[in-house]
Amino acid sequence: MNASTAVVLAEAPRRTARRLSSWPLIPLAILVAMLLIAIGADVLAPHNPEVGSLGMRFKPPVWQAGGSATYLLGTDHLGRDVLSRLLFGARVSLVVGFTAVIVAGILGVVLGITAGYMGGWVDEVIMRLTDTWLALPALTFAIFLAAVLGPSELNIIIVLSAIYWTRYARVIRGEVLSLKEREFVRLAVIAGCSRLTIMRRHILPNVLNSAIVLATLMLGVVVVTEAALSFLGVGVPPPKPAWGLMLADGKRGLMAGYWWLTVLPGLCIMFLVLAANLLGDWLRVKLDPQLRQL
Amino acid sequence: MTGPLLQARELRKHFPVRRGLLNRGGAVVRAVDGVSFEIMPGQTLGVVGESGCGKTTTAKLVLCLEAPTGGSVEFDGRPLVGLDADGVRRYRRSVQAVFQDPYASLSPRMRIGAIVAEPLVTHEALERGTVEARVKELLDFVGLPARAATLFPHEFSGGQRQRIAIARALAVSPKLIVLDEPVSALDVSIRAQILNLLRDLQQQLGVSYLFIAHDLAAVAHMSHTIAVMYLGKIVEIGPAATLARTPQHPYTQALFAAALPSHPDEARDDLVVQGEVPSPLAPPSGCHFHPRCPHAMARCASEAPGLRAHAERRVACHLFDGLPAA
Amino acid sequence: MREPLLELRGLSTHYESARGTRVTRAVDDVSLSLERGKTLGIVGESGSGKSTLALSIMRLLPTAARIVGGQIRFEGEDLLAKSPREMREIRGKRIAMILQDPMASLNPLFTVGDQVSESLRVHEGASRKTAWTRARGLLEAVRISAPAARMTEFPHQMSGGMRQRIVGAIAVACEPRLLIADEPTTSLDLTIQAQYLSLLRELQREHDLAMIFITHNLGIVAKMCDAVAVMYAGRVVEAGPIRQIFNKPAHPYTRALLDSVPRLTDDSHARLPAIDGQPPDPSAPPAGCAFHPRCPQALERCREQAPPSLTVAVAQTARCWLHVP
Repeated sequence: MNASTAVVLAEAPRRTARRLSSWPLIPLAILVAMLLIAIGADVLAPHNPEVGSLGMRFKPPVWQAGGSATYLLGTDHLGRDVLSRLLFGARVSLVVGFTAVIVAGILGVVLGITAGYMGGWVDEVIMRLTDTWLALPALTFAIFLAAVLGPSELNIIIVLSAIYWTRYARVIRGEVLSLKEREFVRLAVIAGCSRLTIMRRHILPNVLNSAIVLATLMLGVVVVTEAALSFLGVGVPPPKPAWGLMLADGKRGLMAGYWWLTVLPGLCIMFLVLAANLLGDWLRVKLDPQLRQL
Repeated sequence: MTGPLLQARELRKHFPVRRGLLNRGGAVVRAVDGVSFEIMPGQTLGVVGESGCGKTTTAKLVLCLEAPTGGSVEFDGRPLVGLDADGVRRYRRSVQAVFQDPYASLSPRMRIGAIVAEPLVTHEALERGTVEARVKELLDFVGLPARAATLFPHEFSGGQRQRIAIARALAVSPKLIVLDEPVSALDVSIRAQILNLLRDLQQQLGVSYLFIAHDLAAVAHMSHTIAVMYLGKIVEIGPAATLARTPQHPYTQALFAAALPSHPDEARDDLVVQGEVPSPLAPPSGCHFHPRCPHAMARCASEAPGLRAHAERRVACHLFDGLPAA
Repeated sequence: MREPLLELRGLSTHYESARGTRVTRAVDDVSLSLERGKTLGIVGESGSGKSTLALSIMRLLPTAARIVGGQIRFEGEDLLAKSPREMREIRGKRIAMILQDPMASLNPLFTVGDQVSESLRVHEGASRKTAWTRARGLLEAVRISAPAARMTEFPHQMSGGMRQRIVGAIAVACEPRLLIADEPTTSLDLTIQAQYLSLLRELQREHDLAMIFITHNLGIVAKMCDAVAVMYAGRVVEAGPIRQIFNKPAHPYTRALLDSVPRLTDDSHARLPAIDGQPPDPSAPPAGCAFHPRCPQALERCREQAPPSLTVAVAQTARCWLHVP
């Protein structure tokens, strides 16, 4: 073994340590915090989010006149604690968001790889399907599907996955088209590997980077769509707390000055989407140059 | 004397050129146009030529990555054309490849051990212990430590990656390895190492090579026979030593004259051939080289010369018509 | 004695990593000189610093790189003392550069005529019409067939060889004194390369043009150059007139490099004498003489101290402890 490889092997642990220190702390902190909140909502929430006492309606947050420490962020039109609803709402948004993103991702990646690698009529069929799907306006389609399937958390996940898989399929197919021409794929054919093996062993691991970046960016879109669906009444059914639903309920209070019913859930949505986008952007920059190098 | 390992006869590969939606016009690119050659067991056939000559397409035909439009290829006496999927799989145990770019030849997310073992495990269901032992043996052949098997491609230099690619090509003990510009992308001081390695492996294992390169000196050094291609045809084919010293075909002469000297004093005919290499889409009529040939006759524009035996070689040139095949 | 056209004295260029933690000595204490009308070859492998050297002379370094020491004297003037505006006037007009990939050097959106005349319009203030006519003359000078028709064509409509000639035409448009060519023929076919090199030779003779050829190919150097400098890990390890270097290389690296290249004239099919190991990582070169891990004649001293440039013969220098008198 020569000097260079020895040096490379020795340097490996040092490089890992340096890499860790350049991670994007803010988006990760936000996402991890939300994750912890969603998991620990039972413990953290001071009140039951679904039941309120009508005598305590429209209480403002603690720092305003009329607020109390019992309801830190105020109450809504049914006297339910806003803080508790926000904490449990995180659970809904994250569960629906992550699951939809992952399911859409799996579907999109599989179809994208198949279309890109197999080519020919398989590619044509999948691409026409994708094109048609993409041509439909996402939100309208979501509303339609939600109305057909009926309101439930599972159905919303299905709806969101069914709409957003196309974003993955197009991008992944594009990458596969260029990956297909690379020497290592050709050498796998020469080695006698079946097409399925090549797609699994050589293509899939090399598109995962893009899929992950796409997933983080899609998280924001999915969460907003879920919120929109809830806002329009075809999302997660009440009394389950969801940020979008809270926004919908809260709008009637806007004129009366009950700002915390809309601003607070709105801020939560904003932070989640912001964190997801920042993370996605950082990932794209981080992973891309490596990809080009390979 | 045993027969050739691989025999190509009048091999053709034409690509249709699409004009409009319905492919009107029927234009074709004759990438490989009637090419015949043999590769003997344990020997190297070198192929040289410039852009558009068809050497890469020939490699793809030999590797069964493309199906020929015409002609035949026989490997170990058995025809290649018309093989079913199983037949192709069996063929792939005998023919492997090493390509030019060491940075694109290894799957970036696989460990070296898996990369090297892939051809092996694809064809046989072996126990892990056997596979590991074989990987160690192969890495040893190419001068890499066993520890390399656990690492990833990006941890190696270009020269080392090419060694890994060679180890992988040897995994199924093939009889023929197609080397397409195996050292062009490597640093000059590393090239000799890899060329030496390839030679040693040939001597130890008796593997044949189809060696494609644009570096004439490297081809002449490594090959037993050289084929010179121009626009889809072989213009000259013969023993490496004599072909390099006394090229017969005007194009071969121009090519070797254009080769760079290895010493400032080396006399070079400033036989600079004029003109561009024509596009394979519109090759000149008759002998493809005639517009640039200093010895062109009237006949050359209308009649394409076939490969004729001359001395120990075959030359496709009207200049050698009527000469006795020695 | 006339001052050389170009003289580098102890030039050093360093790359700094983003956080300033890693310093790569891409060019380390390089001294060279070039006379008018002569050709100097700079030979090196990847990581040797040859391309950085070219960029340093042109002062076209990326932001991460800085010239940290030495002098660049061109026609008696210190280039390092020039302002950016003064350098812009020198580039293209007095020193020209051509790169490896002609497609990257030409703008796909402008016609050939536009690009060749651009240099004339910018540096000599020529009018559109004059520049266009002169550009056509330049295309003729670089032996492009049907120049008038080519003027209105776009780069993608031409072959690689033709594009490289156009790049050459742009380079010599304003009659520079020095042409730096960085691997100009690597992407060309053999016969096209031969045509191109002979064209460069002719241009050199007609315009009294000095050339610097940056390449990893010793063959090009043997064919085109009057003198050669061999670079390894950022330093010039050997320099001198071409025949002396090829006949009697003083540095083990040069010798090994020359021996390891296969020769057409050699029939023996013997094993090539190869150099062990690989070129060093420029950011972490070995201590002492950078070549010592691969050197068949390494001494104890080579591991500890980097040798200075020693004169080994007339006009020939080498950085090697073997030649200490």
